[in-house]
Amino acid sequence: MTSSVIRVDDLSASYQKNKVLNDVSFEVKEGTITAIVGPNGAGKSTLIKTMLGLHPKLTGNVRFWGSPFKTAKKKIGYVPQRGSVDWDFPTDALDVVTMGLYGKIGWFRLPSKKDKEKAMNALKKMGMEAYAHRQISQLSGGQQQRVFLARALAQDAELYFMDEPLAGVDASTEKAIMTILKELKSNGKTVLVVHHDLQTVPEYFDHVLFLNKTVYAHGQTEEVFTTDNIARTYGGDMQWVGKGDQYVIQSSSH
Amino acid sequence: MLSNLLHINTLWVMASTMILGIAAGGIGCLAYWKRQNLMSDALSHAALPGVVVAFLIIQEKNLLLLVIGAALSALLGAFFIQWFSNASRITEDTAMGMTLSVFYGVGVMLLAIANRSPGGNQSGLNNFIYGQAAAMVRSDVITMIALASIVILIIFLAFKEWKLFLFDANFAKGVGMSIRGMNVLYTIVLVTTIVIGIQAVGVILMAAMLIIPAVSARYWTHSFKMMILLSSAIGGLAGAFGTWVSSTGSGLPTGPFIVLTSSAVFILSLLFGKEKGIIINFIQFKMQQRASQKKHPLAAEKGGSQ
Amino acid sequence: MTYTMWIILTASLVGLSCGLIGVYLILKKQAMMADAISHTVLLGIVLAYMVTQQLSGTAMLVGGIFAGILTAFLVQSLNNLKVQHDASLGIVFTTLFAIGVILISTSVGNVHLDVQHALMGEITFVPFTTMDIPLIGSVPKATAILALVLIVVIFFIIAFYKEWKITSFDPALAASIGIPVIFFHYLFMTLVSVTTVASFDAVGAILVVAMLITPAAAAYLWTDKLILMLFLSGGFGIISAVAGYWVATWLNTSISGSMALMTGCIFFITFLLSPKHGLISRWVRPAEVREEA
Repeated sequence: MTSSVIRVDDLSASYQKNKVLNDVSFEVKEGTITAIVGPNGAGKSTLIKTMLGLHPKLTGNVRFWGSPFKTAKKKIGYVPQRGSVDWDFPTDALDVVTMGLYGKIGWFRLPSKKDKEKAMNALKKMGMEAYAHRQISQLSGGQQQRVFLARALAQDAELYFMDEPLAGVDASTEKAIMTILKELKSNGKTVLVVHHDLQTVPEYFDHVLFLNKTVYAHGQTEEVFTTDNIARTYGGDMQWVGKGDQYVIQSSSH
Repeated sequence: MLSNLLHINTLWVMASTMILGIAAGGIGCLAYWKRQNLMSDALSHAALPGVVVAFLIIQEKNLLLLVIGAALSALLGAFFIQWFSNASRITEDTAMGMTLSVFYGVGVMLLAIANRSPGGNQSGLNNFIYGQAAAMVRSDVITMIALASIVILIIFLAFKEWKLFLFDANFAKGVGMSIRGMNVLYTIVLVTTIVIGIQAVGVILMAAMLIIPAVSARYWTHSFKMMILLSSAIGGLAGAFGTWVSSTGSGLPTGPFIVLTSSAVFILSLLFGKEKGIIINFIQFKMQQRASQKKHPLAAEKGGSQ
Repeated sequence: MTYTMWIILTASLVGLSCGLIGVYLILKKQAMMADAISHTVLLGIVLAYMVTQQLSGTAMLVGGIFAGILTAFLVQSLNNLKVQHDASLGIVFTTLFAIGVILISTSVGNVHLDVQHALMGEITFVPFTTMDIPLIGSVPKATAILALVLIVVIFFIIAFYKEWKITSFDPALAASIGIPVIFFHYLFMTLVSVTTVASFDAVGAILVVAMLITPAAAAYLWTDKLILMLFLSGGFGIISAVAGYWVATWLNTSISGSMALMTGCIFFITFLLSPKHGLISRWVRPAEVREEA
């Protein structure tokens, strides 16, 4: 029996008057790879940020391996949305990846040669070693996303949070990222991914969490990824049309 | 004190700072929604070299000519800010900081030259730059009131156009409005307000006359129209009241008292404002929290013990 | 050392410290925070004067740091209350500055605390107030303080090099791996205030903004390497300081004003001619080609 890595109880959070998360409760088991899906404004990013203490919570409780975030954070890696940083910052790809190690390097010390090697290995895994010394502003969107992924890999965490890593990337990057996610899973790591593309959910993820301010369904993909749950989460006007192994979401008003 | 209040010149000055406050409060709302609050600060500093050059040319303090010099210089500053931030990776706030400080530096250089030149009324120039409403003469007051009234007229006559322009420029373009034209008009109105205000509150504090009333008004209303009216009212009140306070003692500066008056209004609005004021917000937050805890008494306990 | 040499040295120290700090101001997108702090530092100095009844360097530094942190704190608080960031800045610095001016014009009275002097600075007076330092001898006070501040600035930049980098580039990641982002924010604001106060005598409140932002902005258009940006920005600061002195002597005008103008000239030349991010480079290579993997 695998143990649970994350346990969230009755988590609520708000932006000013608007409650964006309402009584969110779920558990995530070790070695799973979970998609968090839901319509725009469903609070997907906020959920991640609140769990990581980057956004204040109203009520509720979040535990990682039974302890609060503060004691667990060395084992947690976070991949923010690509748009959250300024890519004009004067630095190169290798340096950004090395930043993932800053928490472990300690005060008053610069990254050692070993740290740089570690970062380089992470870049290699993402197929980016040729771009190690390229300025980050010169990278394409997909390449920037790979750098972010490499940074998370360098962190060598047990649990990863990724906010829309597949948004706006090219097909080859998407493939590279998914290969890495599968590899993480097979190494017993746990991954939570905010995902926007319902079509690819059954192919990519073994668990899925339907979120729209609160949890609508959560479990193994083959069990909970149903027309019914999608319709409930996305609102009544969405229709799910299965075409062989292809899934299309349509708004029924069309 | 009373005799001071009744002093005819004080009344004139109060009238002019009040009208200035109304104009600045109104245009401040436009700047607020254009997300250019600090632009007024940059432009008021950028006006300095123009003021000094105008003074060097005419060798006396004539408000209208100084204002024209200031306006040209501020417009040049606005142009540089636009150019730097559009044509390179320099961000707008960096462009503003550079423009305001370098223009000010040029102004200081020119001022040193002006102070050396024989004749001329340099103290009048210093009053102009650092703001001393009490030093204004009748013709200054008339110039200021006239220009401020034009600004107020433009804001209120084109009210619905401003609203469209600020809220959804693309849509405005779609219905046939000239965005470029509106931008030019906006910049001209902004610069005019700033340069006539410098005389009363000085280059440094001018920004406050635009920013503080607009932000304060935001705490009381959701309607754009009400916001402009309220902001103008706060600006006018602060202008008149601040001028009156500074006239009660000799050598008291006008600008700082105007600013502190509107700051006081801002603090009151921040605390008691009916839209997102601190107290209202706190009550709402507590009610939300209580509502969530009522539903899950167990979870609340766990959350509280953390 | 001659009178001229002291002035050039003082100006260069201002240029170097401001140039280094400015790099992070630009990268953190806090350029206007420098403008705000440079104004509110005036209030700090007035308060320090009111408490100690004299204008000692230490009291001024403490007062300035206090005012700088107060400014950063108030701006942050208003921002947390959902006031737009630039509006918060505008409200806080004008209000604190207004309080400073009122205090000067009422209680402090006609003592030697001239607003105009504080705003414009007067580097020509710097060599007249000296202090004795063992082994070195008689040194202008402002110059000694600036040298000390420069050492402090360089120390912090080196000691926390990687922390400054990550908190500037990606504060969310920094927070998630346990780097105290808030602490570094206030430490940085303290450094900005200290640099500003120390530069006050030499260049005044508003022109210190030019020294802080403009050389760093120019360096930002030359290079994509942080370390190089620091060197370039510091270098531009020194060049502006020296060239400013030279131009001011030539035209017989304000030294601090000329220094500001020189930073502007360096930036403008960069803006037009920089091979990396200048206008010319855009005409030569109209569309930046981004290679796809």
